Amino acid sequence: MSKPRTWPAHVILAAGALVMLAPFAWQLIVSLQTLPDSLRVPPKFTPSWQWSNFVDVFRSVPLGRQFLNTVVVTAAVTAGQLLLCSLAAFAFARLRFPGRGILFMAFLAVLMVPGELFLIPRYEIMTGLGWLNTLQALIAPGVFGAFGTFLLRQFFMSLPKELDEAASIDGANPWQIYWHILLPLVRPGLLALGLLTVMWSWSSLLWPLVVNTDPEMMTLSAGLASLRGQFLTNYPILFAGSIVASLPVIVLFVVMQRQLIAGIAFTGSKG
Amino acid sequence: MHSKREWAWGYLLIAPMALGLAVFYLWPIAQTLYLSMTESGVFGGYTWVGTANFAELFGDEEMYGTLGNTMLYSVLVLAGVPLSIVVAALLNVPGLRGLSVYRTLYFLPVVTMPAAIGLTWSYLFNGEFGAINHLLGTIGIDGPYWLGDERFAIYAIAIVGIWSSIGYNAVLFLAGLQGIPRHFYEAAEIDGAGRMRQFFSITLPLLTPTTFFVIVITMINALQVFDLVYLMVDAGSPALAGSRTIVYLFYQTGFVQNQRGMAAAIAVILLALILVLTAIQFRLQKKWVHYE
Repeated sequence: MSKPRTWPAHVILAAGALVMLAPFAWQLIVSLQTLPDSLRVPPKFTPSWQWSNFVDVFRSVPLGRQFLNTVVVTAAVTAGQLLLCSLAAFAFARLRFPGRGILFMAFLAVLMVPGELFLIPRYEIMTGLGWLNTLQALIAPGVFGAFGTFLLRQFFMSLPKELDEAASIDGANPWQIYWHILLPLVRPGLLALGLLTVMWSWSSLLWPLVVNTDPEMMTLSAGLASLRGQFLTNYPILFAGSIVASLPVIVLFVVMQRQLIAGIAFTGSKG
Repeated sequence: MHSKREWAWGYLLIAPMALGLAVFYLWPIAQTLYLSMTESGVFGGYTWVGTANFAELFGDEEMYGTLGNTMLYSVLVLAGVPLSIVVAALLNVPGLRGLSVYRTLYFLPVVTMPAAIGLTWSYLFNGEFGAINHLLGTIGIDGPYWLGDERFAIYAIAIVGIWSSIGYNAVLFLAGLQGIPRHFYEAAEIDGAGRMRQFFSITLPLLTPTTFFVIVITMINALQVFDLVYLMVDAGSPALAGSRTIVYLFYQTGFVQNQRGMAAAIAVILLALILVLTAIQFRLQKKWVHYE
């Protein structure tokens, strides 16, 4: 095969990359501007090194508390998803029992329903439990998911059946087969699901907005939304908050890029 | 293994997830369908009103505006899908260096919280001091008050919607492209087909299963857009008439005005819309998707 020139591709990709990057760069610059500088016409494209914006945003909203809330909720949701999805996925992929097909169809049906349909009844459940404005209200619905079960099931199904049979002959029960033998082998799947769950859980807005209205109990997403209501056009402060809120997942992505991309590509191939 | 024991283990291991899905997914679906036929009282409790909520919604100009905005947004975002194919095709050029750098940059908006993205772009689209109108000004165009103008707001939001999903879709397309066997291209090369010809007669047709998947998930996500609208358009702005989407109306009705029954009816309409449009997509796919 002839070796094609790559520079035309580079020109177009670089131009596109600039469009991708520019809003982030602009946000970073403005987060370091004074308020009057940020409102100038024409725009001032250099920072005024107003580092105090990053301090002020923590003073004006409980951003530190919201950061902690988001970390706790994301960690709990991700851990719960990994455990519960992998258990169900293992059973669906490796065990035979009556009703398995129907149960799996019910799981798949859940996948096709838009999330808004769940919100009002979930809100009522949380009200009934007295869980409004608590972190468990954000965690409890999040640990259950049909998508993760489906994703991990594909990984379990790709493993040879002989593994279970050999272990079973040696006297291992299904729990031991799941925990000691198969779970370590589906680590790429767990990693992909874990990263996707972190990403979604960290950023989700609608449910946190609805269920936790006390600023102390908000996650960063909802916190940013309420920050906007409070500061309107004080963009330096808003952007300082945005950067603090989105940086952890961006850093995680840059470090774990390969695994996350593999997970997303996998959802496409099996979709 | 004893089969009765295997049954018991199966139920045991599935039980936690099945119970959770029943409580937080299946029961809410049934409950929402029921609530859509009720009116919520001031002191809680629900009164059965039959199809009155739906009748009211379909007799309401605002609802048609909302449906129109949502459909327009979805069409605009779908129109951006070819951009992702181009990006993926370029990333797939043999011998291209810096793939992971490009991928990182294109993926940044995907991993950034939509709330932060909405804030950033509402600044860029500002009618007075926004960078976009400044740039337009340098080429002699007097830009509109994007997010403050009901004629333009949804376009601005759709631009952001496209911008933030290019990376995600490109990753899906790139995986699809890498699944196309090399020998197709080698055969075409022997036949003397140029690169453009190869792209249109081999790449695009063989990529159609991925394209179909991307179109379906892009459409389903676009029909549920909320975060960007909520963060980019002020709650009291007149531009909301041109940018209020179904989920925004759902949120407003259910959790700002506390009309839960009416909100449930809106959610049911959204479900119906998604099911119908997805079914149409699956119907149409027979005409254009090539499965090997």
